[in-house]
Amino acid sequence: MPEVHNDLSAQKSSLVKTLRESPKAQGLALISPTIIYLFIFMILPMILVMVLSLLTRGPYGNVIYRINVDNYVRLMDPLYLRILWYSLSIAALTTTFTILIGYPLAYYIARAQARQRSLLLFLILVPFWTNFIIRIYAWIMILRTEGFLNNLLLNLGLIKVPLYILYTPTAVLIGMVYEFLPFMVLPLYTSLEKIEAAQLEAAADLGARPWRAFMRVTLPLSVPGMIAGSILVFIPAMGMFVVPDLMGGAKTILVGNLIRNQFLVARDWPFGAAASMLLLLLTLAVTLYYTRKAGFGEELLI
Amino acid sequence: MSEKKPALWLRIYTILIYGYIYLPILLLIVFSFNTQKLNVRWEGFTLHWYERLFQDQDVLEATRNTLIIAFTSTIVATVIGTLAALALQRYRFPGYTMAESALYIPVIVPEVVMGISLLVFFAQIHFRLGLATITLAHIAFSIPFVTLVVRARLHGFDRAIEEAAMDLGANELITFWRVTLPTIMPGVLSGALLAFTLSLDDYVITYFTAGPGATTLPLRVFSMVRFAVTPEVNALSTLWVLTVFIILLIGQIARRKQTQR
Repeated sequence: MPEVHNDLSAQKSSLVKTLRESPKAQGLALISPTIIYLFIFMILPMILVMVLSLLTRGPYGNVIYRINVDNYVRLMDPLYLRILWYSLSIAALTTTFTILIGYPLAYYIARAQARQRSLLLFLILVPFWTNFIIRIYAWIMILRTEGFLNNLLLNLGLIKVPLYILYTPTAVLIGMVYEFLPFMVLPLYTSLEKIEAAQLEAAADLGARPWRAFMRVTLPLSVPGMIAGSILVFIPAMGMFVVPDLMGGAKTILVGNLIRNQFLVARDWPFGAAASMLLLLLTLAVTLYYTRKAGFGEELLI
Repeated sequence: MSEKKPALWLRIYTILIYGYIYLPILLLIVFSFNTQKLNVRWEGFTLHWYERLFQDQDVLEATRNTLIIAFTSTIVATVIGTLAALALQRYRFPGYTMAESALYIPVIVPEVVMGISLLVFFAQIHFRLGLATITLAHIAFSIPFVTLVVRARLHGFDRAIEEAAMDLGANELITFWRVTLPTIMPGVLSGALLAFTLSLDDYVITYFTAGPGATTLPLRVFSMVRFAVTPEVNALSTLWVLTVFIILLIGQIARRKQTQR
């Protein structure tokens, strides 16, 4: 069938022609695999969860297709609000401690000589790239009742009975801070490194003492890095369930644990979906608030 | 910033913090060679735990699965993500800002939410959970990171060399293969490296998309840690840390060579 063949090749050549001549079409052709993939495997699944959160659990863990907001009403129960508040506090404390520990470190790295600087950054990255369950495990070894810390303190005679740290909220906090410290240090470093020596010299020339120069010049200029770091720490800390699982014992339940349990233990998917939506809404609100407050870009891209 | 020497207290502080970062990992490594099972006091040197590790069929299978998933997802995500980086860096098209913000989804959506979303999605389309679903999920969260890294590298790319190649008679395809790709290759490779380690490391999303049958190393380590603290976990962790260290070192050396050229 020569006609059909001609038709096809004509279509093909016109497609090639459009692609060759229009940069718009070229750009769309290059971006479309990403957009299609992310739509199918990220956006569509989240839309499904949103719909699911408006449905009801049936008697056998199945889903009944009746639209209502009961799941969200149930989330307002003091029991769940307490879990939410608890997660918020742990995430906020984690963020605060990573800033307190990470800021002087990032400051030191930013002021180190160029060759030393890349070594110091490399050393921050190595543990960050090793599996995070391994890092938690290392801390379990240290904090256990019969672990290194207690052994050391007992041998030194500083304590008489072992401390119970593991399986408490304190252990969860220790684990989280250790986990997320690099997420804070890297963006802080990026923004501290950008501050010009000239700006600090100008401050010094105008009579500012080092501490005052730091408070009036360095600190404000590093705010974008601090915000980017806070977002990178706060969001994963908010949804974390692995650290509480391994270090918190049965008492420490965060939103992440609640969601996981609803999906895999209680098998109340619609309620779990509602809790997920609430978590997502919270993290989105925090992100939007802080990105609006201080514009930043590349700090988030490490 | 200025290269004035930092204050003494800051230097001591920095050393302490690096101690805090590395001490747990060093303890982990040292005690993987310890004869005592309880993991508290040093008794004597042994390679026993490594031997046991290499006889542990579950660990071996988990390692194999992890590598299959990591290689497959890295290759697919690197190709797709690099194309997107080229699109965003060089072209303007309808929906540009939307495409750009879509890349931030994995940064602003908590992993647990992404995990359960994929679980719901695969259940809804009756796709059986297993290695395939884990790989599909890993590709999804890797693409944005590859794109961000490659795009950062494309930033300083001088398009004049491409134009020169075209002037010398090369068509678009040849120009891309012989000029563009070799120039952006370091960026593509560091994007691939990032995707590979993200896949190797992932626990949360894997946990929700794995189903009952498939295990990966992070899942295996988790259940080992959960049930008992034994030096076998230390041995596994030591090998893991070493592998990551070598991969990172190669990446670092490659980058240094690139900047020296």
